[in-house]
Amino acid sequence: MQRALTLHQTTIGKKVVMALSGLIIVGFVIGHFLGNLNLYRGQEALDDYAHLLQSLTPVLWGTRLLLLFAFGAHIVSAFSLWSRNMKARGSRYKKHQDMATDYAARTMYWSGPILLLFVVYHLLHFTILPEHPGEVYRNVVEGFQNPWIAGVYITGNIALGFHLFHGIFSAAQTLGANHPRYNAYRRDAAIAISAAITLGNLSFPISVLAGFVTL
Amino acid sequence: MSEELLNLTLHVWRQDGPNDAGRFETHQANGISTHMSFLEMLDVVNEDLIERDKSPIAFDHDCREGICGSCGMVVNGVAHGPQKLTTVCQLHMRQFDDGHEVWLEPWRASGFPVVKDLVVDRSALDRIIQAGGYISIRTGSASEANEMPIAKAIADQAMDAAECIGCGACVAACPNASASLFTAAKISHLSLLPQGQAERQDRARTMVAQMDAEGFGGCTNHGECEAACPKGVSLQWIARMNRELVRSMVRSDSGTKSGRR
Repeated sequence: MQRALTLHQTTIGKKVVMALSGLIIVGFVIGHFLGNLNLYRGQEALDDYAHLLQSLTPVLWGTRLLLLFAFGAHIVSAFSLWSRNMKARGSRYKKHQDMATDYAARTMYWSGPILLLFVVYHLLHFTILPEHPGEVYRNVVEGFQNPWIAGVYITGNIALGFHLFHGIFSAAQTLGANHPRYNAYRRDAAIAISAAITLGNLSFPISVLAGFVTL
Repeated sequence: MSEELLNLTLHVWRQDGPNDAGRFETHQANGISTHMSFLEMLDVVNEDLIERDKSPIAFDHDCREGICGSCGMVVNGVAHGPQKLTTVCQLHMRQFDDGHEVWLEPWRASGFPVVKDLVVDRSALDRIIQAGGYISIRTGSASEANEMPIAKAIADQAMDAAECIGCGACVAACPNASASLFTAAKISHLSLLPQGQAERQDRARTMVAQMDAEGFGGCTNHGECEAACPKGVSLQWIARMNRELVRSMVRSDSGTKSGRR
């Protein structure tokens, strides 16, 4: 008992929790994106896909519970590490020059809360309070035809892209996957996955706004 | 390289002790040879301060050869100053231009309370070493060099990790004031070598626990530590430390305290 407790109490243990829960969410995000590609196959395909998911009750609720658990663990660990890291500096430097960090890494504390708000909005918009329950295609197209709603999705997915890039790279490092021979691929893989998902997700509201996808 | 003389404006952090709020003071460093080291430049400034009956700027230093890890300060926002892979004692004034303003600050971290001016108390790093950065063996006379063969590739890796001089620049440069690079280098160095195997799991657990207990932040993989490190200690050791800690949770050392812990 002491041992398991010890891992979670350490900063490294909390980072392992961040990495594992993050990877669960990344896995979901990839699947979610691939499923949403049904938008381009037309109204019937997307609605059928949505009804199929709804009909698989144990899978649906299993996934929801797993995600709820992963989000909870991710947020609790992030908050615990964040509050610790805030205290660790003490006084701030008058002059500070960054040498190695990048935009995605520096903005994790911003992209994270933005994503949380976005996920809550997204769930309310399409899952909890949809305009036309059961008509997924119609909800998506009518929603994204509103430039404000499309803007929320575009902002959310840009935040997702940056968060994913640093997150995937970081998860590999945290879980100890670091080897001089493979490190270049690690970064390339993080860029490829986050770029593919972000550009793909951005294509949905943009296609609707541009009139490529209509009712 | 021909010698030139520089006139610089220094903005130096002055702080009387850990509880003093501290402030910047501005001093002129005039007629500084480009052949001087950065610490020699500070010696010149201090001579002038002493002659004028003022308190000299306190800074840590010992070997001035870049190997002891005593010196260290943040120069214009960069730990150990602008030259890569160089401690501040081996930073030379030829890296600066005439008329430049130079900002000098101590390592800023909750784990490193300021003793005076640019001197910080780095005994937290010593306590991390005391927690497990050693091997418990009977010493006696030196053993025969080839008694315990170690593959060249492993010996090289251990040496790379062992390059850490414990100066604390990683903590100073880290956005979270994390001591991960230091702790990781020490854990990795010993875990690679056969002598370090006996206490391998205990070491990972106790050193990480001490690192956290000292109030350092966690690693968020920015890579600032690696960029600031005067010895080029690599982020790969942090990944190895993480592996070592997770491994220590599922394994225990035979014949050590860990079974009873």
